[in-house]
Amino acid sequence: MAARTRYAPDRGLTVRMTATMFLLGLVFVAFVAAIIAIGAAYHASSAAIVLFAVVLGGGFAIGSLFYSDKIALRTAGAVEVGPNDSPDARRIHGIVDRLCALADMKKPRIAIADTRLPNAFATGRNADHAVLCVTTGLLRSNLDDAELEGVIAHEMSHVAHKDVQVMTAASFLAIIAALLIRIAFYGELFGGGRGRGGNNQNTAIIMFALMAVSIVVYAVSFLLIRMLSRYRELAADRSGALLTGQPSALKSALIKVSTDMARIPTQDLRAAEPLNAFFFAPAMKLNAKASLSTVFSTHPSLERRLAELDKVQQQLGRTAGPGR
Amino acid sequence: MGFLDTLLGRTKPVQPKLDDLFALPSAAVTLDAGAGFKPTGSGSVCFRPVEGRSFADVQKDVQELLDLSSGKEGGLPVEVTKDSYGFNWLVSSRMSDELDALVTDLHAVNTSLVDNGFGPQLLCTLVAFTDDQERRLGLIYLYKRGTFYPFAPLSGERRDNALELQVKGVIGSDLKFEPDLSRWFPVWGAPGL
Repeated sequence: MAARTRYAPDRGLTVRMTATMFLLGLVFVAFVAAIIAIGAAYHASSAAIVLFAVVLGGGFAIGSLFYSDKIALRTAGAVEVGPNDSPDARRIHGIVDRLCALADMKKPRIAIADTRLPNAFATGRNADHAVLCVTTGLLRSNLDDAELEGVIAHEMSHVAHKDVQVMTAASFLAIIAALLIRIAFYGELFGGGRGRGGNNQNTAIIMFALMAVSIVVYAVSFLLIRMLSRYRELAADRSGALLTGQPSALKSALIKVSTDMARIPTQDLRAAEPLNAFFFAPAMKLNAKASLSTVFSTHPSLERRLAELDKVQQQLGRTAGPGR
Repeated sequence: MGFLDTLLGRTKPVQPKLDDLFALPSAAVTLDAGAGFKPTGSGSVCFRPVEGRSFADVQKDVQELLDLSSGKEGGLPVEVTKDSYGFNWLVSSRMSDELDALVTDLHAVNTSLVDNGFGPQLLCTLVAFTDDQERRLGLIYLYKRGTFYPFAPLSGERRDNALELQVKGVIGSDLKFEPDLSRWFPVWGAPGL
């Protein structure tokens, strides 16, 4: 018997996320086709270079996935804590225990990073290696318990959605393209000086073509990855709010954290930027050029996130009905 | 969670498993015989309130229903308390020999929430026990897992792990026990314990 449920998947979000992933796949296919075409056109094999880039890029992606928890914790300067280490640790462990029991999830490890930036992130290659990290800035901020729980539920949704794996897989193409640009660039630089007659000219053209294709692929996939990242954030907001049943608490947490973030000095922000993709709220200062910054940002705008949470609120507030 | 759900970043709320709760009364007999712990007659359901009118109405209905049934038999009215983590505890107090009635009360709360589509909000149920030395013991049922675990609080927010493991030894075969010890989370200050 199917239990009665208030849950309804967000069709719009599903469609947009599917479209983004489809486009990423399309870019990948086009990339492969272009490389084959380049090789065929000049009767030369660019396979060795491409294979080298794929192996190196693959190694890099798998490595960063495998060590994602350690890398992120090291970068953030976070320390893993047990439930009895401090009152803060006890508070977070208590919240996470309950959310895990509610969502039937394995409990992630908990870490605290000593930074003034009020933020949180979750990482780790799978549920067994997941780490949830909150900053002291978040614990010292004016968030109440319900709002802090909203932030933690959002991060736990990232773990449940396997966002680290999905984003690593999505970034694979961009990593390879970036490597090829570099290889082709140096190939052009050093390949030109050797002077082996006609063959030399051919190599230069192949290198140039490879570089041009890679640059285009890199730019397009970069935009698509950012787009996917924004949809994953919205999905995590949604799941987190459904889990706690309190979308309003998450909304007020988002507003508080975003306004606090704008007040933090810029030097702190630059140091935190590499971690942006994992954060609850982006650490970059968004300036007046809103249209451009939304295309490049890893997180959706505050307004967008609040609007999506309004939908969840309506969904939860409806009087009981069949599952739709 | 399926592959497609992962790809699309969605989690379906987990529905509770309710049936295994009814194994409690028979396990309580074994617990008394094996470890000397008797039910105090107090039990509670812990759930996550949802904001909005709809959930508030359901909670009010449940409360009225339980008050009605316990009032007929001269029992105490049910109590609702909110803990510091934002969860609500609906506490039902019966006579210590009325464990069957208590479990029925708790089950009434479960079914009302599930029937109204709030099944995923159920966290756990706690039935309190005590022995001659006034040691406290809570048997906690995790709705999403359908498993039990013991929680024995000591003063100063410490747990009597030895007692908890002893209890597991005594009734481990009567009840479905939670095998993953990391899920035996403490519920400090749980009402009714």
